[in-house]
Amino acid sequence: MLIMNPRVRIYNRFNRFWHWSQALLIILLVVTGFEIHGSFSLLGFERAVGLHNWLAGAFGVLVAFAIFWHLTTGQWQHYTPTRQHLRQMTGFYLRGIFRGEPHPFKKTEIAKLNPLQRLTYLSLKLLIFPIQGLTGLAYYYYNDLAARGHLPNGVGKIALLHTAGAFVLLAFLIAHVYLTTTGETPTANLKAMITGWENRPAEAVAAPAPAPPPPPPATEND
Amino acid sequence: MQCLPPRQSTANHARFKELQRHFSTGPEVTAACLGCHTEAAQQVMQTTHWTWRARANSHTGDTNRWIGKGAGVINNFCLAIDSNEPRCTSCHAGYGWEDRSFDFTDEQRVDCLVCHDTTGTYHKFPTDAGHPNYVVKEWPKGSGQQVPPPDLGHVARHVGRTSRATCGSCHFYGGGAEGVKHGMLDASLTTPDRTVDVHMDIHGANLSCTECHTTVNHQIAGRYYDHPACEDRRFVMRGMSQSVLGCESCHGAAPHAQAKLNDHTDKVSCQTCHIPQLAPSKPTKMWWDWSQAGRFDADQKPLVETARVAAPVATPEAETPKVVVYDGMKGEFLWAWKATPEYAWFNNHLRQTVAGEPIDDSRSGAQTGATRGAFDHFDLSKPVVRINELKGDYHDAQARIWPVKVHRGIQPYDPVNKLLIVPKLFPSGTNAGNAYWKAYRWPEAIRAGMEYAGLPYSGRYEWIQTTMHWPLSHMVAPKEQSLRCADCHHPTASRLAGLEGFYMPARDRSRVLDWLGWLLIGSTLGAVTVHGGLRYFCWRKRCSL
Repeated sequence: MLIMNPRVRIYNRFNRFWHWSQALLIILLVVTGFEIHGSFSLLGFERAVGLHNWLAGAFGVLVAFAIFWHLTTGQWQHYTPTRQHLRQMTGFYLRGIFRGEPHPFKKTEIAKLNPLQRLTYLSLKLLIFPIQGLTGLAYYYYNDLAARGHLPNGVGKIALLHTAGAFVLLAFLIAHVYLTTTGETPTANLKAMITGWENRPAEAVAAPAPAPPPPPPATEND
Repeated sequence: MQCLPPRQSTANHARFKELQRHFSTGPEVTAACLGCHTEAAQQVMQTTHWTWRARANSHTGDTNRWIGKGAGVINNFCLAIDSNEPRCTSCHAGYGWEDRSFDFTDEQRVDCLVCHDTTGTYHKFPTDAGHPNYVVKEWPKGSGQQVPPPDLGHVARHVGRTSRATCGSCHFYGGGAEGVKHGMLDASLTTPDRTVDVHMDIHGANLSCTECHTTVNHQIAGRYYDHPACEDRRFVMRGMSQSVLGCESCHGAAPHAQAKLNDHTDKVSCQTCHIPQLAPSKPTKMWWDWSQAGRFDADQKPLVETARVAAPVATPEAETPKVVVYDGMKGEFLWAWKATPEYAWFNNHLRQTVAGEPIDDSRSGAQTGATRGAFDHFDLSKPVVRINELKGDYHDAQARIWPVKVHRGIQPYDPVNKLLIVPKLFPSGTNAGNAYWKAYRWPEAIRAGMEYAGLPYSGRYEWIQTTMHWPLSHMVAPKEQSLRCADCHHPTASRLAGLEGFYMPARDRSRVLDWLGWLLIGSTLGAVTVHGGLRYFCWRKRCSL
């Protein structure tokens, strides 16, 4: 049946909204953040700070919605880390990709993240986002913290942690954008994230895919 | 703004019969004043306007010290008053403080008129120990300008409340000429517009000095060396406290609509952002090098040179004020006009050196953390003595960042006894012939001054570099001229670049973290490029097979 239909549905509407709004906010946060850091001058410090704070608020709201969505739909299970096929994935990026071998992992709506993605996104969401969120809040409300006797030695440590998180985010951004080009064609993954559908050559679909990593979560209708 | 009608007194002094007469001296006028205002002189005598001295504040831990010009404080303008009284005390609120023998208990020596004149015609003569001139006199000496004596009877019949003009008659001229000392007090504050001072704007609130420097029984609120102007940083109901001197006394501690700005008020004084310029109206003196004094012109008169002050860009030369840059009597000067202040932590306590207190000349300025400003000829490889010191730092909850004028100079000191010198400058009294402004010989002038001051003198003098800090509090600019975030939050051009010990966003960074961070970014970009390039290369190879 799949042979009849080479288009595979990967990302539903919320997936795509969540991805692209996240992307936009993170890019703008990185740009304004590094301007505040003094790395370059674009909007001016004052406007950069205003925008950065506003974007951070918007990001907080988005994350709150996304957490709700992930929990209620079971989509969080996509991020369950697994060692299965991890070796194949690294092998593919280090060797196979240069030999023109097919991608060892086939996205499906029930398992859309490969093991490397699972690890990366999970640490992003459980480590970097919380660090940036908490240090950002502490940075913004520093005066109130200091008035209560916390962090008496100034905002410096918070600022440095926040800056370190920003560097990691920027590095992720670069690697992430590059890795989107490692699909069937350089733009296949990008198209999928825009349209929600992935084109698949019939034989590839027909070929037995590696056993999909753990349990198929229930998905809501698009 | 709706202006109130002028305040009227219920007493018209012009109709007082006690004043319907000719007065030939100031003390005669005072005697007449005291006939009705029986307690006035006693009140004035309790104030530092009369005593010129006070016990040091307990905050600094040395309550046995006395401070004040009358207690021998030294500065780096005219140096000290001992042995030079008749010149210096032309700004004393009294008559006749010519030397040590002045009677501080003589009520008739209190000068009522200097503060209460409303005619603008009363003036103390610059060299007469607080007296006005009673006959026509020439001033400046040798200028040919004749100064008529004030009509004391007329002035007495027109007394009233103090004003910007009466306070200013001394405070605008501190250091010997207009604007010299404070960097934010000059005669333009007599009738200022909004651009000179938002509070005193004659078309706006038109506040007089005593609206903030509130007065009870002739005691006027204000900072006096280490006695703070105002320690309570909160809104004050008028009448509930003597002092409403803090900006917060009227504006509260959270005056901005934007919360982030209010977050600054615990560490940044209002003055820092709202007094963005030093000497915004008229030039102020920044550098005074006494060691250069003593040059004469062809007529054997002290040489005087003037020049246009260093002006901000785009000021036409004709609008740039002229200033004296050399005076054979005093030495070499540098001035600032519309300049950027320096910044310092300040908890409202200022420690001033008093004559007789030893100084440290053992370490160079660079070693003691002294800095150069934009207007001086400091050599930091030589010692720099802080004649006064602003107390406080980042960890002091009472301290905030203040804009300051730093007056730098070179003055004489005794390198054996480690004492700053009190020289006899002004020719008066028994030793008049040895005064520097008579004989122009430092050894005699220094010996005479030190002897008068009762200080040991080794017989040797040298020149030493000194600094004096002046916190800025007047000439508050309109809000559209106040500092913007990036004036301080800037990686390379922060106004607060010199303040250490705390992290300030945009100004500060960890070099190590930045280095590691950009290394991470660089290696990610590198890895991605190499990986992508290899993929392209292999793809081309496969295709060509």
